[in-house]
Amino acid sequence: MGPLITFYALALLAIVSAAITAFSRNIVHSAFALFGALAGVAGIYVLLGADFLFIIQIFIYIGGILVVTIFAVMLTQGIADVNVSNRAVGVLPALVTAGVAGGVMFYAIIHSSWYHARPGSATPTTYWIGDAFLGPYVLPFEVASLVLLAALIGAIVISRQEVRE
Amino acid sequence: MNNSLVTLIGRAMFGPAPLDHTDQAAAIAVACAVVLFAIAVPFASIVTWVERRVWARIQSRVGPNRVGPNGFLQWLADGVKHVCKEDVIPEEADAPLFKLAPYLVVLAFILPWAVMPFSSMLILADLNIGILYMTAITALTVVGVLMAGWSSNNKWSLIGGIRSAAQIISYEIPAGLSIFPAVLMTGTLSMQGLIRAQKWEPYHWFIFANPFCFVAAIILFVSTLAENNRTPFDLPEAESELVAGFATEYSSMRYLFFFMAEWGNMFIAAAILVTLYLGGWQIPRFNWSPALMNLLQFICFLVKVLVLVFVSMWIRGTLPRVRIDQMMSICWKYFVPIGFINMIGTAIWVAFFPHGSRLMEMAMFALALAIVAAFAWRVAYFTRRSRMELYFHPTI
Repeated sequence: MGPLITFYALALLAIVSAAITAFSRNIVHSAFALFGALAGVAGIYVLLGADFLFIIQIFIYIGGILVVTIFAVMLTQGIADVNVSNRAVGVLPALVTAGVAGGVMFYAIIHSSWYHARPGSATPTTYWIGDAFLGPYVLPFEVASLVLLAALIGAIVISRQEVRE
Repeated sequence: MNNSLVTLIGRAMFGPAPLDHTDQAAAIAVACAVVLFAIAVPFASIVTWVERRVWARIQSRVGPNRVGPNGFLQWLADGVKHVCKEDVIPEEADAPLFKLAPYLVVLAFILPWAVMPFSSMLILADLNIGILYMTAITALTVVGVLMAGWSSNNKWSLIGGIRSAAQIISYEIPAGLSIFPAVLMTGTLSMQGLIRAQKWEPYHWFIFANPFCFVAAIILFVSTLAENNRTPFDLPEAESELVAGFATEYSSMRYLFFFMAEWGNMFIAAAILVTLYLGGWQIPRFNWSPALMNLLQFICFLVKVLVLVFVSMWIRGTLPRVRIDQMMSICWKYFVPIGFINMIGTAIWVAFFPHGSRLMEMAMFALALAIVAAFAWRVAYFTRRSRMELYFHPTI
């Protein structure tokens, strides 16, 4: 019973915050509402026994990406009276896109064979994740870090004064 | 699975809770509420009084000494005063965010107490990701600070908030890099695991394990000063430039929340350093009852932490504020490269000396003793030339 209540509370937090992010007319409110969405998802990771994923979600998404997003939003000019662009797209295309995407996801959820964890079997995962990264998955891991590094250098190069002029 | 509340609290308070996630989540929630009232708030409040006394004495003043013996109850008087004040919300402020911001800051100050290793048994939850949890959660302050800075609709607040956010996310990197040497040597992220890997003798503490750890501990201490907006890195609330930074528009209890979190975070930062590098609660083994041993361990941990908190007050009373460009260059041009060198150096060290090097431990310990002795000699030199009565009567 306890886990169920916790799950629904966390899911509610994530969904309500995500709704505020999507529908709020104030772009700063949207940015701050991401906090609830990301924190709710982090809480669900805890319920799933993914301890390392939980803390990395908080570390990277809330501590890093969210803060940078808020920074970017705050540096935007005239954010108080911004014309929210997603209302201009129109209802019909949005409904079609959301319907198709939702349908595909629903189909996938229904028809995939899920891995069922045994209840109460949560064990520390950090060691095995580290082992996997430096063992069987070392190549994807290194390629991902190379891509990130390239993106970082690219961002610096693009934002340099000489390049922009 | 027994889910009754009493069992949960019992298991959470009196032993490392097993990694049964739902129980643990609930236990953390309940235990945090208990700890909030039991330890964190009184501690943060009493530290305000200690800080004002220490700071006053460093500046040759007397400080608050009217309420209670030596002004000890000043913190209660301050609390009552702030509760009684009017809670002003500016007309043009973004009211929902303005009201929410102090709670986020307090959240980031309360949650780390869940993994605070007070003694070998007195820990709310010995998470196997304890130290990561500690650093990730304390970094949440930045969201609250940005929210406060933005929603106040005030230029001082906004500049203060942006400065604070830039500072916290910058100094998180050297702080994070300085955690790695200790983690590399133990192979665990759990707070208790890190402490158990050290011994009670000072030369077995990780700070003396090798030269890289020594540097890493110092970088960690300075970085946590910056992360907590403490002098010499208190640019976000630089009184002479920004009124009170992101807290300018706040009044009453909301204002107090920000400062309670700041003082409480001093304790948390010091606790991280003590856990990683200064031996935590380790005391010599005796065949006494576990309760007594835990009490002694608790006192040992508390004394170490309070010494570091005192040093941070001392720095606040002594050093001038750095400029913002200096602050950024300290972080990015010096601390981050040195942090990487520390990490790689420790990794190589662990590869060559998997069980540590007794010789190096002794050498580092001797070096530290020499530094402390030179410092004590300087202090004695200056004390001879100043007004003795101020130094030796701290309770005027």
